[in-house]
Amino acid sequence: MKMHRLAYKEAGVAFAFLAPSLIGFAVFYLIPFGQNIVISFQGRLEGEGLTLASYRELFQSSSFQKAAANTFWFTAISVPTLIVLSLALAMLLNQRVFLRNWLRTAYVLPLVVPAASIVMVWQILFDWNGVLNAIWNDWGMSRQDWIKSDWASLVLLLIYIWKYVGYNIILFLAGLQNIPEQYYEIADLEGAGPVRKLLQITLTYLTPTTVLIVLMSVLNSFKMFRETYLLTGDYPYDRIYMMQHYMNNMFLSLDIHKLSAAAVVMAVGILALVAVLFRTERAFSSFME
Amino acid sequence: MKNPLMLLLCTFLLIAIAAFLLAPVALTVVNSLMTEREIMANYRMLGKSDSSLFVNMKWIPDWVSFQQYSNVLIETSVFLRLYWNSVYMSASIIVGQAAVSVLAAFAFGKLRFPGRDPLFFLYLITMVMPFQVTLVPNYMMVDRLGLLNSYSSIILPSVFGAFGVFLLRQFMLHIHSAYMEAARMDGAGYFRIFLSVVLPMVKPGIAALVVLLFADYWNMVEQPLIFLEDPGLQPLSIFLSRIQEEALGVSFAASVVYMIPMVLLFLSAEPYFIQGVQLSGVKG
Repeated sequence: MKMHRLAYKEAGVAFAFLAPSLIGFAVFYLIPFGQNIVISFQGRLEGEGLTLASYRELFQSSSFQKAAANTFWFTAISVPTLIVLSLALAMLLNQRVFLRNWLRTAYVLPLVVPAASIVMVWQILFDWNGVLNAIWNDWGMSRQDWIKSDWASLVLLLIYIWKYVGYNIILFLAGLQNIPEQYYEIADLEGAGPVRKLLQITLTYLTPTTVLIVLMSVLNSFKMFRETYLLTGDYPYDRIYMMQHYMNNMFLSLDIHKLSAAAVVMAVGILALVAVLFRTERAFSSFME
Repeated sequence: MKNPLMLLLCTFLLIAIAAFLLAPVALTVVNSLMTEREIMANYRMLGKSDSSLFVNMKWIPDWVSFQQYSNVLIETSVFLRLYWNSVYMSASIIVGQAAVSVLAAFAFGKLRFPGRDPLFFLYLITMVMPFQVTLVPNYMMVDRLGLLNSYSSIILPSVFGAFGVFLLRQFMLHIHSAYMEAARMDGAGYFRIFLSVVLPMVKPGIAALVVLLFADYWNMVEQPLIFLEDPGLQPLSIFLSRIQEEALGVSFAASVVYMIPMVLLFLSAEPYFIQGVQLSGVKG
């Protein structure tokens, strides 16, 4: 009986500590998101029952299709590119290279440079009259409008890599340092080649780290709206019109039904991704046992 | 890799890549030391598609000058006002989120109560949602509370962001329960244990949280675009892109002044920053 009272007491204390966070979290996130879900299924007319009209409108809207497709393709291409690059760099840095800590600092620094501070540099490089076109011109090729053509996604990809490569390197380094050195020594004794060691030791044991990095990289790729917006304003070239642009326009026209539906669709998309990643990681841990 | 020659080659390759990554920052700093006249001469053709001139990118100023800095800081009062907006909003969010989160993280990481794990899972799911999802519920509540177009519209939802709770809980899990048990034997209550055992041990976690939150909110763009109509309330991030169009001559100094606090904080607290990133990467 005494244990019971102690457990009650601990729960009471826990809720007291939790209260400020829980109240704010419920007020600004949980409750309004619940309402979002409801609104997304409500008709616009008074007294109308539940309907899928908002979703139908959303999926039929050409700007939503454009924004969703652009965001999806940008993420689908940039995340694997970034991950391969940062893994390669992390593996190099994990050797006993000189100046290792300095190099790590240099790679991470772009992450903390505010997007607005560096936009001028991107313009100097990629503008119609910019450095890249000057070089292009010297080589006898015709100028490109890098930011206002299909090349714009490539420019964004470069900025994305510039900004987030260091972040992923830190995470990969932590993962690499957790792989026991003996595994490689045993593999050496068994005469395993470098490719086999890479596949069967390094990549295998990095699976949990990689799962996490994929998730963080996807989230970071959505944040590229900042650079896009600061570089091109409210109405960028079609190719880089992202979900956040679409949502901003919906906020401006206060179309709360479509906004709610769009938020729910994105939430479901992220949940699906998390579920897949979670499965991958579980499959990995059962394989390890 | 044990061959020293290979190691040297590797190092050179890595240094070359680091130089590429740092070049944009270095270019901004170099340009901020040029006179306005030189900036205009080098870059006035930016954004003009009818011009056939190319920009003249230089790594050494003709004449090192602090003219841009004095113009930005002394002559344009709007710059300092918006700078203050950025400072005020970031500082409120950081202090608020750290305080609220450390309490909640103690409950999640060190206490037992019914519904703990499902509740924490909700926090986790919210944390991995991108802005595009969370801004809509934030907006609805901020609108209902009549806070739109005020600092609170940005500060309040951010204070209750889930990231701080998650990160500090990770740190709390590493604190051995034996410390708490020992304090309990000495007759300390929960609040006492929190204050004198847990809080001192979780200080590095709070430092890490502060750096990571600052990096995020100092750079905010999405929220002010939606929540703040009044241009006078905007943080510097939104305004800088306008300076770049209207007052090209001083924009590099403005950029440097904007990035300096973040870069200095990062360089001085780098171990905490790295630890924070890595711990937020360990599965909880």
